[in-house]
Amino acid sequence: MGKWTRRTILGAGVVAGGGLIVGVAVRPGNIASEIGSEIAGDNETLVHVYVKIDADNVVTVLVPHSEMGQGAQTALTQMLADELDADWSQVRFEEAPARKEYAMYAAGRGYLFKNVDFADAVVPSIDGMMMKVADALHMQVTGGSMSVRVTGQYCMRVAGAATREMLVKAAANEWNVPEGEITTADSQLYHQASKRTARYADFAVAAAAITPSYTPKLKSADEFKIMGRSVARQDIPAKTDGTALFAMDVQLPGMVYATVRRAPVFGGRIERLDDKAARAMSGVIDVVKLPAASEQGMVGNFSTGESVAVVADSYWTAQRALRSVNISWRADDNGGVSSEAIFEQFSNDIDAGTERATDTVEGDTESAFATADQVLQADYRVPYLAHTCMEPLNATAHVSDDGAELWVGCQNPLGFRHTVAGALGIDAERVSVSNHFMGGGFGRKAIADAAIQAALLSRTVKRPVQLIWSREEDVRQDFYRPAVLSRFKAALDKDGNVQAWENTYVDKHEPAEAPLIPYAVAARNIGHVKSPTHVPFGAWRSVDHSQHGFFTESFIDEVAVAAGKDPYAFRAALLKDKPRHLAVLRKAADAAAWNTPLPEGRGRGVSLQESFGSIVAQVVEVTVVNGETSVDRVVAVVDAGFAISPDGIAAQLESGIIYGLTAALYGEISIRDGAVEQSNFHDYEAVRMAEAPEIETHIINSGADIGGAGEPGTPGIAPALANAVYDATGVRVRSLPLKRFDLNYRITESEATS
Amino acid sequence: MISFSVNGTSQMIDVDPSKPLLWVLREQLGLTGTKFGCGMAQCGACTVQLDGRAVRSCVTPVSAVAGKEVTTIEGLKGENATLHPLQHAWIEHQVPQCGYCQSGQLMSAAALLAEKANPSDDDIDRAMQGNICRCGMYGRIRAAIKSAAATSSTALFYNAAQVQEQEQEQEETSHG
Ligand code: FES
Ligand code: FES
Repeated sequence: MGKWTRRTILGAGVVAGGGLIVGVAVRPGNIASEIGSEIAGDNETLVHVYVKIDADNVVTVLVPHSEMGQGAQTALTQMLADELDADWSQVRFEEAPARKEYAMYAAGRGYLFKNVDFADAVVPSIDGMMMKVADALHMQVTGGSMSVRVTGQYCMRVAGAATREMLVKAAANEWNVPEGEITTADSQLYHQASKRTARYADFAVAAAAITPSYTPKLKSADEFKIMGRSVARQDIPAKTDGTALFAMDVQLPGMVYATVRRAPVFGGRIERLDDKAARAMSGVIDVVKLPAASEQGMVGNFSTGESVAVVADSYWTAQRALRSVNISWRADDNGGVSSEAIFEQFSNDIDAGTERATDTVEGDTESAFATADQVLQADYRVPYLAHTCMEPLNATAHVSDDGAELWVGCQNPLGFRHTVAGALGIDAERVSVSNHFMGGGFGRKAIADAAIQAALLSRTVKRPVQLIWSREEDVRQDFYRPAVLSRFKAALDKDGNVQAWENTYVDKHEPAEAPLIPYAVAARNIGHVKSPTHVPFGAWRSVDHSQHGFFTESFIDEVAVAAGKDPYAFRAALLKDKPRHLAVLRKAADAAAWNTPLPEGRGRGVSLQESFGSIVAQVVEVTVVNGETSVDRVVAVVDAGFAISPDGIAAQLESGIIYGLTAALYGEISIRDGAVEQSNFHDYEAVRMAEAPEIETHIINSGADIGGAGEPGTPGIAPALANAVYDATGVRVRSLPLKRFDLNYRITESEATS
Repeated sequence: MISFSVNGTSQMIDVDPSKPLLWVLREQLGLTGTKFGCGMAQCGACTVQLDGRAVRSCVTPVSAVAGKEVTTIEGLKGENATLHPLQHAWIEHQVPQCGYCQSGQLMSAAALLAEKANPSDDDIDRAMQGNICRCGMYGRIRAAIKSAAATSSTALFYNAAQVQEQEQEQEETSHG
């Protein structure tokens, strides 16, 4: 798999080496002559997806998403190649460059094929944060589990099918036969009657001159040959021998290293700085103050305090020197804030209904509560979480009079280009971005703060600079999954039927539907209050679903228990008009042998959560001995509509589950004196080999619209785990992480803690 | 001057003896397959082998490797670039996601197999406990170690070309 460099020049339709670019114009009115014009020339063509066919009949797909491990580049390539009837063994892909032709705007316009306006359809609901069209020219976001379900469905498949039609048309012209008599398979064209065959490459030149259709005929699922197959990911061999290039692996002539410390209290400033000792160290090149930074776009918006950086001949030198710099910080108003105070503020704001806005109001909750036989109330809470991508934040920059070059691994190359250009005060056209494999992204690598720092440092020392954050900085200067408090109230009648569901929580982001429940409850009132804090927000794998999955799927479990019903049967009974949900839930219960009793000390819990267009049910089995919980097994079922790569989806589920399990068992970023207390993996732990449960995944291809894969595994693990702990011990876990929960102490108390 | 061997090649390096091996490998020898993840022996991303034993290079001063043999991920392949059985198994099980932890995982696993040809689950837990995978691929790592162990007794190295040709045919609906 090749990597894009800005020096790759694509000529007018012809690639170096005699290959061909076949482009698909998206905006009606685009004409074929614009297709394949030199990308480096940066003209105004809106050619959004490229298919290159070279003289050896190798098809190369340009994928407009970054690779952070999710395998989406392979899945997207499968989608295009299948519609193209390409020979899979001769298909390659490259990541598209950070240029505006590949902006999400273009992907969004893909909806034109279905006569759906992208902005109206998507912005108010699912992916508003990721895809606000107003900001779209600076977006090339990988996130929101969107790659396959949006780019794949509306760009890659259309591009593949259109390209196939163009090749057929070209062959029909040349052979002077009707297009309908030409068939395609394995990157070859056939005309049965005259026994003629040709390679795609033979007609690539002629095809490129044809205007592509905006509405090519797409395959139906039973015609898929490559979609739906577990194909080997092309990036994997390089990830087993050390040759895969991550941003931190970039080495440039004359490059120096830097590391940085930002004001520990978010938004803080430097008051005094004594860097004498640091400057005296051998190998130290400079000690640099970096200004506060902010970006107020609709995507990746952030603001930070000031920082101090050391530039040196080695990261190790820079790190030691930075430790010797004496800095007094000014924290202003936030220097006294603690996690306890934050949760107290949340509770007060919920009590007061501060600017409460509703997500949904249905039926009459008031009278349901007035006539209820039983009213159940509970507060749930989760702490702040850091992303701790395996690869700490880093960026390499070379800023000179000619402009700026950036080497990063990021979820939004176009956004980075725009933001860094803004910070340098130069035109975005003068910034080039080379994107690399990300050692994890999880939402963190959509924000360009480290890239700005690297660019400013390079400008200051007039050399290429590789900025590497310490893990401590990575933990303490994240953009966090918010701490959230969520208050519930449910009404049950005397037969144990749930009549009303009321829920008020703090901190609303995306997706808007995260706190909604699929269950048939006649009266509901779900809403949120405002309770801002100084801790910066960031999208964290599954975003708001990560907390609401835990909240709603734990509380519905409490309601089931209060109703005297089996938690699985109780849910199933409320899903009569949700056949997809019900099928997923059932399959999980069956696969996990839900009705088989477990021995003393063991427990089973279930959860069901729809997110990013996919429905996931999980059944977790735990053993609790002396208050210590071990997670023995997870059975997960997903309905993502159609699994483009079943093994890829399975891997994503496994990954999302372990990520969510780490948070559920250990994850806590706590605030003291306005700053983060944790610093590295010893106090911000991760699930390791011995704690990792056996995970069994099942896939349902329901044929519904394609859903995401990268995130939907994460929300359901915490509630299924907490429900399993309840089953094993009778202790209801309403606050994460589990490690803070003293199961020994509560175990002797009565079950009812409400 | 400190001299030691890296992947069979001897090196003489003029360096502060307390500089961690990790940064000598990456910055001075250009061997960037070994990764930085925590800097305090917590994550395993920097794992290399020192005379065959897995060590965390981020906390190993370069002075400690004087006269010794260091093996990094770049040196895991056999002669003629034949894949190590673990590399073969890693591809077969599609282990890596982001891939950032995998150099360290492989070096820990290779040290384990060199010591114990047929590790038990407990052996795997112990040997791999120091290697975090934030992408959560523990199940696949465990399965890959077991399949490498099962095959390596008959054939030590696989041919790289065979591996690439091999198509992943996995069960469509269910993955244990
Ligand atoms: S970088 Fe050495 S153990 Fe984490
Ligand atoms: S594969 Fe990403 S951290 Fe292990």
